[in-house]
Amino acid sequence: MREPLFWTFGALAVACAIMCITRRSPVASALYLVVVMFSLAVLFVLLDAQFIAALQVLVYAGAIMVLFLFVIMLLNLGRPGPSDIKGPAGVAAAVLLPGVLLLQLAALGGATPPEAITLPAEALATLQRQEGVVNAVARPLFEEYLIPFEITSLLLLAAIVGAVVLAKRRL
Amino acid sequence: MLLGPALAVSALLFTLGVAGVLLRRNAIVIFMCVELMLNAVNLTFVALAQRVGVAGHVFVFFVMAVAAAEAAVGLAIILAVFRHRETVDLKNIDLLKG
Repeated sequence: MREPLFWTFGALAVACAIMCITRRSPVASALYLVVVMFSLAVLFVLLDAQFIAALQVLVYAGAIMVLFLFVIMLLNLGRPGPSDIKGPAGVAAAVLLPGVLLLQLAALGGATPPEAITLPAEALATLQRQEGVVNAVARPLFEEYLIPFEITSLLLLAAIVGAVVLAKRRL
Repeated sequence: MLLGPALAVSALLFTLGVAGVLLRRNAIVIFMCVELMLNAVNLTFVALAQRVGVAGHVFVFFVMAVAAAEAAVGLAIILAVFRHRETVDLKNIDLLKG
């Protein structure tokens, strides 16, 4: 059951990503990107990451994409102007370099994680059954990764101050 | 386990993000392509978390925080540039070009 669903939504995500990078209007691109993010949320659920899927919908599709649409609206870019896709040299680079990258990633695809750090199958699902889906993520976040978590608050503070300073006309 | 399909989809999405950055000149669309790349990496983290432990989910958290900060600052920069040049087309923003 899982595999056909996975391939369906994976194909939907890739198709909408192609539409996203080829549409002329930024609004159309943004809406296709929202579809990509929702399909990724479905993939996360299929990969036993229900909490991350909820966050994906809330933070990415809900907050970040609304911010993008807001800026598009603010700058009045909604109607498609002259195409912003680069000339033949740009298209050649955009086909060639990602092609090389895809070949490299395909070569890496056969590699598996080393045995020493691999957990037994179903270990994650068992942990989630024992502790609950949110607890399983929260425990390492607030124990092992507490200091990075606190540093993230500094990053967000810097981003808030930076965004206000940059976007404000006169301080 | 779905590890292989997830890595394949992730590689394709990341590649499409790179292609978008190279293909477009609209600063906002380039930004969206960067978000697409971050999302592809998130998929890799979640897929590998099944094999290597729940720390992968924690890293997705941090990636989302960085993405939110990056979107806020980047869009503010685009707003500031638009105020000066009346455009978001990178062809016209070439102050530092030699």
